[in-house]
Order: sequence, then C-alpha cells, then structure tokens
Amino acid sequence: MPLDRKDLLDLDDFSSDEIMLLLETTSAMAEILSRPIRRVPTLRGKTIVNMFYEASTRTRSSFELAAKNLSADLVNVSASQSSVDKGESLIDTMRTLQALGADMIVMRHWEAGAPYLAASWLDAAIINAGDGWHAHPSQALLDLFTVQERIGTIAGLKIVIAGDILHSRVARSNLWGFGKLGAQVVLCGPPTLLPRGLAEIAETESRITISYDLDEAIVDADVVMMLRLQRERMASGLLPSTREYCARFGLSRERMRRARPHALIMHPGPMNQGVEITPELAYSEQAVIEEQVTNGVAVRMAIFYLLASTPERLA
Amino acid sequence: MKNNWLIKGARVLDPANNFDAVRDLFIKSGTIADIGEEFSHDNVPVIDAHGLVLAPGFVDLHCHLREPGFEYKETIATGTRAAVRGGFTTVCSMANTDPVVDTPATVEFILEQARAAAAARVYPLAAVTQGFGGTQLVEMAMLAEAGAVAFSDDGMPVADARIMRHALEYSLLVDKPIVNHCEDPALAQGGVMNEGLTSLRLGLRGMPAEAEETMVARDALLARRTGAHIHIAHVSTQGGVEIIRGAKQAGIRITAEVTPHHLTLSDALVAGRRQAGAGSSLAYDTHAKVKPPLRTQADIDALIEGLNDGTLDAIATDHAPHSTTDKLCEYSEAESGISCLETAFSQVHQLVQDGRVPLQTLVSKLTTEPARVFGLPRGTLAVGAAADITLLDLEAAWDVDPEKFASKGKNTPIAGWTLPGRVAMTFVDGKLVHTADGYEQRGAQ
Repeated sequence: MPLDRKDLLDLDDFSSDEIMLLLETTSAMAEILSRPIRRVPTLRGKTIVNMFYEASTRTRSSFELAAKNLSADLVNVSASQSSVDKGESLIDTMRTLQALGADMIVMRHWEAGAPYLAASWLDAAIINAGDGWHAHPSQALLDLFTVQERIGTIAGLKIVIAGDILHSRVARSNLWGFGKLGAQVVLCGPPTLLPRGLAEIAETESRITISYDLDEAIVDADVVMMLRLQRERMASGLLPSTREYCARFGLSRERMRRARPHALIMHPGPMNQGVEITPELAYSEQAVIEEQVTNGVAVRMAIFYLLASTPERLA
Repeated sequence: MKNNWLIKGARVLDPANNFDAVRDLFIKSGTIADIGEEFSHDNVPVIDAHGLVLAPGFVDLHCHLREPGFEYKETIATGTRAAVRGGFTTVCSMANTDPVVDTPATVEFILEQARAAAAARVYPLAAVTQGFGGTQLVEMAMLAEAGAVAFSDDGMPVADARIMRHALEYSLLVDKPIVNHCEDPALAQGGVMNEGLTSLRLGLRGMPAEAEETMVARDALLARRTGAHIHIAHVSTQGGVEIIRGAKQAGIRITAEVTPHHLTLSDALVAGRRQAGAGSSLAYDTHAKVKPPLRTQADIDALIEGLNDGTLDAIATDHAPHSTTDKLCEYSEAESGISCLETAFSQVHQLVQDGRVPLQTLVSKLTTEPARVFGLPRGTLAVGAAADITLLDLEAAWDVDPEKFASKGKNTPIAGWTLPGRVAMTFVDGKLVHTADGYEQRGAQ
C-alpha cells in the first residue's frame, strides 16, 4: 500500500492505517540500520534539502543521516546562510530550492503553518521538521514507533505527557498520533502552560484528559513523556520559579514508582536535567530517550521512502 | 435636467421613516422630490425597479481608504468605487494613514481628494492622540472644524486609561464620539488569531476575548464618568456585547458597530474550513487574519442577538485593503484585514435569508443607525434629502471573484463563495454611480 500524500505536515489528518503504514515501513528501515553496511540505493539520484530556519542539532542530523542511508543527495541550508537575511520571501526561497532540483524539502520554521504555505506553492514534497508550537510529526512517529517496539502495542496504553504543553509542538503531534492509535493520553502541567481550548477537546474526546497533578496523573501510566521547560517561561510571568515547578512537575524516582513497574520514560530532548527530570532517571533502565534518537533515523528513512513512492511520483 | 430620475415599482424601504411599501420614487436635481404611486414625468429617464428593494444608500462608519501614504493598497478613488459597488454612498475613513490624520491639513487633503475623485461621500475620522502616540491629544476643535466626524487611534487603542479619560472629557468640547478599537495590548500581546480550540490546534498564539472585553468595560466606565460619547469599533465577543448592553441600560452614552465578517465567519476559517461547494484550502489562510480576530460560533450568536436587540447600533465594514505581498507570507507575518466593501451587504443578507435578522433591521443598521451614531445627515429617504440610494436584488446570487473588485485590495477569505443578494444600482446625489452587470437594461428607458 502506498502513501497517497504529497507532503508530511502533521498527523492530525492522518488515518490510523496511514500511521500504521509509516510504522511498518520504519520497522523495515530499522532492519537496514542493523546491517553492517547501512546504505541502500533506494533514493539514488534524488535530491533532498534540509531547510532549517531554526537551529537544530538532533533533528537536522537525523534527517541528514536518513537521506544518506537511502543514497539521496542532501544539501543543508540554514536560515543564516540563506537569502532570508536579504528579505527574500519564504515562497521565493522555497521555489528556488525546488528550481535547483530539490525533490523533497525538510523544513523547520519558527512560525506555525510555514510548511503549509510552502506546500501549497511547491510540487516538491514538504516534510515538516517542526513549525512553531504547531507540529513535529516525525518526532511523534518516532515516539509511536519506540513505544510500539518496546511494549508491542499502543491501543489501550496510558500515556502521560507532562510539562509545557502550551509551547510544545511535540505534545500537539503526539496528542493526535497516540490518540488515533487508541491510547489514553493525559496532558499534565501547570494551568498557565495548558492552552485554552484543551478543555474543549477533553470534553469531546474521551481518550484525552487534562491534569494539574502529576502524582495523580502518573498512576498506572505505561509511558511518561517529559517536555523541556524553557527558562524564559519564568520571565514571561507564566511560572513563579523552577523550584516550584520541580516540586510539582519534575519527574523523580518517587513519582515514577506510581506508574506501572516497567513504564517507559521518554523525552524529545534536549533535556533540562534537574528541572523536568532527574539525571538518574534520564539514564535509568526505564528511560528510552536514546532509543528515541536512534529510531528517529529509521522513521525519517520511512518518511522519505514513502513520499518518494507515492502513486503520483512513481507515475 | 441633470440628475433627474424616475425609479418605478421598487419596494421602498426606509427605516428612518418607518416606511416599507411598493412605490415610485422621483429624483429631481439630485434630491428626493417625491415618493408615490404610478408617477409619470415627461423627459425624465425611467428605471424599472420592479422586484428590487430601494433603500437609502449605505453608511459605513469604518473603512480604510489608505490615502495618503498607502496608495499601493487603496486610494480614495478606488476605495469609494468599491463602496458604491457595495451599495455604500457614505464612508467614514479611518485615521491610520501616513501621516496619520492628526492635523487639519490632512483632513483637508482627504476632503480635497474626495471632491476630485471620490464616487461616494467621504467623512474623515481623525486620531485621538498625536501620531497615534497615545500620550498627547490632537487638536479636536480645529480638526472638527476642518471636517473630522469622530476621533480614533484605530489599531493602536488608547492603552493609557488616564489619556482615554481626558480624551473623552475633552471631546465634550466638540461633541463628537471617541471611537476605540478595544484590545488590551498586554493581554493580546503577540496574538494572531482568537485564542481557543483552533489556535490550540494550529499552534498559533491566541488573542483572548478578554483583551477586548476588559477594554470595553474600561471605556464604558470612563464614558459614564465623563458623560462623553464612546463608540466601540468592531465588537467581536459575546462578553463585549453583554458589557455594552449593560452600559446602555445604565444610560451610558455608548454605541457600537459590528462587521460583516464577525457576524458570519468563525475562527474555524483559519484552519481552512470553507463554504460547502467552494472547495477546501490548506490551513493558515492569511486572508482570514483580521483584528479583532474571527471568534467562535457562540460569539457570532451573541453578536446577532446584539444586532437584533439594539445593543449593536451599526454594521460597519472595517474594509481593510492590502496588497498581494502583504498577505502572501507566513501567517504571523501577514497584515491583518479583509477587503469587505464589495461583499458586505451580501454577507449580512445571508443572515436575513437564514431567518436570523429581519430585513428592516439589517437595512437600518446599514443606513439610519450609523448616520445617527456619527450625527451625519444621511441614511434617509425623506423628501428633500439628497438622493443617495441603493437598489438591491434580493433574489440574485453571485460568486465572489476578488479579481473583479474595484478595490485594490483583493484580500478576502470568501473568494469563490456564492452569496445571496446583490447591489444592482447605486446613486449618490441623484447621480447613477454604479450599475451591476446584468442590470443595464433596467435603466434609462
């Protein structure tokens, strides 16, 4: 079954079948990564551009390695080197990359929706590598894959996502991803970091609940995903101090005991150790944080592969 | 004789005089000379208006003509051409030009340009504070003498409550309204759409309803204190309607307007939801970006209720033309505003078709009511009044095609939509200034 889509912008309009297809393809890619020689010729002659308007180390490297494992040619462009500084419009920049021969463009942008604008003006595939607070679909897919690999299923699991939900594209994409595959998702954080509108979603979607109390939310959880807390949240009046945040929302051993015995600890990175998570937990056996990073390469290979072989592009 | 017409067989609808019947209307030398039955006058061109509604020309309290300073977005000539195509014979131009309208010379410039090139009547607003700086009051008396009909800092609302208090007090000198775009800058900070379910889904920074509501409440209290007239521009929230309703009941001199888009479109449009049959588009349509932002269905319902019960006095377009490049960019970077003069009537006529607003109410909110709010001698079909007239075909439907707009601003989120009710002809001072395609044969027989 092919994936009949031009772009990967978010998971919110994906069917569970489409998500499963991506996860199955990721398994096949993970198998390639386990070989002594990890390179296959699948995308030889294809050009992929990493267009990053916002700094990133792990996501950009992950897409880059994924492209190289599939033998595609990859060009890295970052905003500081591009014509953005000269006042060129986003559409113009992106169309130029397409004119240079890009078949697919991996795009990170600080503004929500920027990849949608690009997608509507380009024939090249646009892969959203994070747009503002909105979406980070490849991260959600690698999270789903990691849980599926470890636990064997996603349906029926209790997933707690804790921390700064308001500013998190990871939380938003995971909300749709885990929800569509039948998990119960608890979004937990201080009231100032839970966006307005969440209560409305929770009212209509029985699989989604909201909590201000991590001790209560974490009970019998199968997965605990901690989000990074930016220091600027204190200065902007959303939180009084990291001390109080840690006391209520930091993940500690005592808190983790309330979850299921083999519950997974996840973090999209980069971590603030000592704030949202203690170092001992981050490197504990329950933590799958490095596995998430490893799986990220396989997931991005699957994304490239499926978008390159849509019915339209094979025709 | 110039500007003589006999308009025959129209349903004459004049809320100012509580009149609604099929009649003939005789225009002599640009004024309404007589309204009666089965007129005939020799040597006077006749317009067959059977099946059409004849209403006073619409009065818009809030539109952006962009001249001087932003002529690439709109000029007084193109903006007033758009106005008459939309049935508006009187438009009040906002003060956020470059330079802002804070000197009598700029008021005079606008009036001079209007005399030279405008298709509709233009009444300028002036700023409240010099350069929209929010600190020093403008010369209200001299500006009023030059022709300013009201005072507003538009999208830069007077944030300092003390300055607003003094502006209201000082306005008693000229007895003209202070118009405020109510949006608390701290609460709205960085917001690019309504805060709620859709902003959560799209990951865009939201502007809470309270940014509007708290400032409406503040202004109502300051108007009570001073006895001055506060006019609330483009109310968009349920809470705003409730506060204004309460303030009116308390006898405060407060009036308010609402736009066609806030009455008919919700923030779901930003997520790419479209009218059935008009196709769908991707999310983050910058054409749906406007200030105040499109709100929720509950807000729409409250606005319609407020329109019907008199809480909201007028429908004003907030016509905000922008160039293509102003909108062809990332959502957060895009300019706010909708080019609205040419679609306004049909958008709100949808509410009549849906049985939510009576036609008489709708026409009064476009004519006599706005004229009353700013004290303009317009919006009436009284014998002896200037013949500012709009002929409406309520049975016709049409497709919105921005490329056909007279406005330079093609920025509308409802391109391709089919709207009910058409402006067929428009007269200003008895001069036929607009005839829609397909209505030519009704004229000059």
